[in-house]
Amino acid sequence: MAFASKSPWVIHYDGSSCNGCDIEVLAALCPGYDVERFGIINTGNPKHADIFLVTGSVNEQNKAVIREIYDQMVEPKVVVACGICACTGGIFHDCYNVLGGVDSVIPVDVYAPGCAVCPENIIDAVVQGVAVLDEKSKALKKKRKEAAL
Amino acid sequence: MGKQTIIPFGPQHPVLPEPLHLDLVVEDEKVIEAIPQIGFVHRGLEKLVETRDYQQFVYVAERICGICAFGHSMGYAETVERLMGVEVPERAQYLRVIWHELSRIHSHILWLGLAADAFGYESLFMHCWRLRERVLDIFQKTCGGRVILSVVKVGGVVRDIDVAQLKYILDVLEGLRAEYEQICRAFLKDTSVKNRTVGVGYISTEDALGLSMVGPFARASNVDYDVRSLGIGAYGQLSDFQPIVSSDGDCYARMEVRTREVVQSIEIIKEMILRMPQGPIAVDVKGAPADGAESSMVVEQPRGECYYYARGNGTKYLDRMRMRTPTSQNLAGMTVALAGCDLADVNTIILTIDPCISCTER
Ligand code: SF4
Repeated sequence: MAFASKSPWVIHYDGSSCNGCDIEVLAALCPGYDVERFGIINTGNPKHADIFLVTGSVNEQNKAVIREIYDQMVEPKVVVACGICACTGGIFHDCYNVLGGVDSVIPVDVYAPGCAVCPENIIDAVVQGVAVLDEKSKALKKKRKEAAL
Repeated sequence: MGKQTIIPFGPQHPVLPEPLHLDLVVEDEKVIEAIPQIGFVHRGLEKLVETRDYQQFVYVAERICGICAFGHSMGYAETVERLMGVEVPERAQYLRVIWHELSRIHSHILWLGLAADAFGYESLFMHCWRLRERVLDIFQKTCGGRVILSVVKVGGVVRDIDVAQLKYILDVLEGLRAEYEQICRAFLKDTSVKNRTVGVGYISTEDALGLSMVGPFARASNVDYDVRSLGIGAYGQLSDFQPIVSSDGDCYARMEVRTREVVQSIEIIKEMILRMPQGPIAVDVKGAPADGAESSMVVEQPRGECYYYARGNGTKYLDRMRMRTPTSQNLAGMTVALAGCDLADVNTIILTIDPCISCTER
């Protein structure tokens, strides 16, 4: 699984973000910040992705979608909450249609705060996510070995 | 006659960063009907006016949409200023126009990039986003933020732009323009791009008017309407303003209108900077809007006319705040353009109408 941690592929889903964080996630992938040079590629297919970048908070309508994308991703996988909306609900936390941060639906591994989250922060979070990914794949291997014994 | 099938499009789809769901009813390769379903981004932020006072709400209004963030904070502030009869200093009006036009440039270039991605021209996408970073640099230097600027307040703006920074903006825009024109050549002259866009997704003038489409998408169908020509705020000081229109109504026309609007915005900013008056940048606003007072305002956002409405109730909290965004007007046009198109053109058509979902649903 070492290849995954060297060049993780990311998938992005916009929960109910205001777009501010989405365009920053895209900006991180584009020439200004260019995370592609580290082998990080944006994919539209959950089955190809190692890291799930979620922006925006969760509501009744998109809860199932986020859950579905998460479930379709193959282990080991890491979830990064991008922006304060995704972390806690942010300034919209008391809106009637906001359930809260992404961690109210799926487990989140790394939180990247900011409103909007700046691309440096996203890169930082992805790098931290890669470390988590490594740990998870180690744990997975160990489990497999034990099962084989 | 083939059998009809339904292909779901979105909410998670690579061409559109935003969650929009479409049920595409297809027969063979032809789209018969497109049924949009929205509601993934609804937060209910209009209701927040009841718990944030009218001065605070500016920051909520700014987060209606991260792409035209500045425009929304400006639109909201101007609505409340009208409600309370506040006269904004001239310099603040000029500064607002500069930032607003800069947002338009960044939004249009961002969109051009996404459109390039939609018809499969990835390097062009990257080039557009590289250029867009320059505008974001201006934002960062003048406001401190990249997308959420937080410079508007009720009664004016929070920050001034000094002479050195104004010169810097002019320099950056001059450099941007040269490179931008090269990119435009790829969009407007390249044969493979033309093959994907000319004659695709046609919307007639009657349809555009009948479905009350707004913004560059209506102007591409020969509807000569641009809120900026009403001359609200510092727009009234412009020596000349003509909306950019095209009569073809297809994807190519929509792209052409928007590419030309970037250059127009650069010209507007230049003129504003040359004529910038001296003076204060904000006035103090005290008190509360009168009970039952109402006001409304229109702003030309990058995607078209946006309408704001506010009603006071004698307290610091507004009674009602309502807005109608350009995309809610344009979605109907999108479904018309999608009906009868090829399945492969769906991406391009959706992108050239450029729905902004988070504005629409709030
Ligand atoms: S964190 Fe801020 S910029 Fe990001 S989606 Fe939320 S409100 Fe928008």
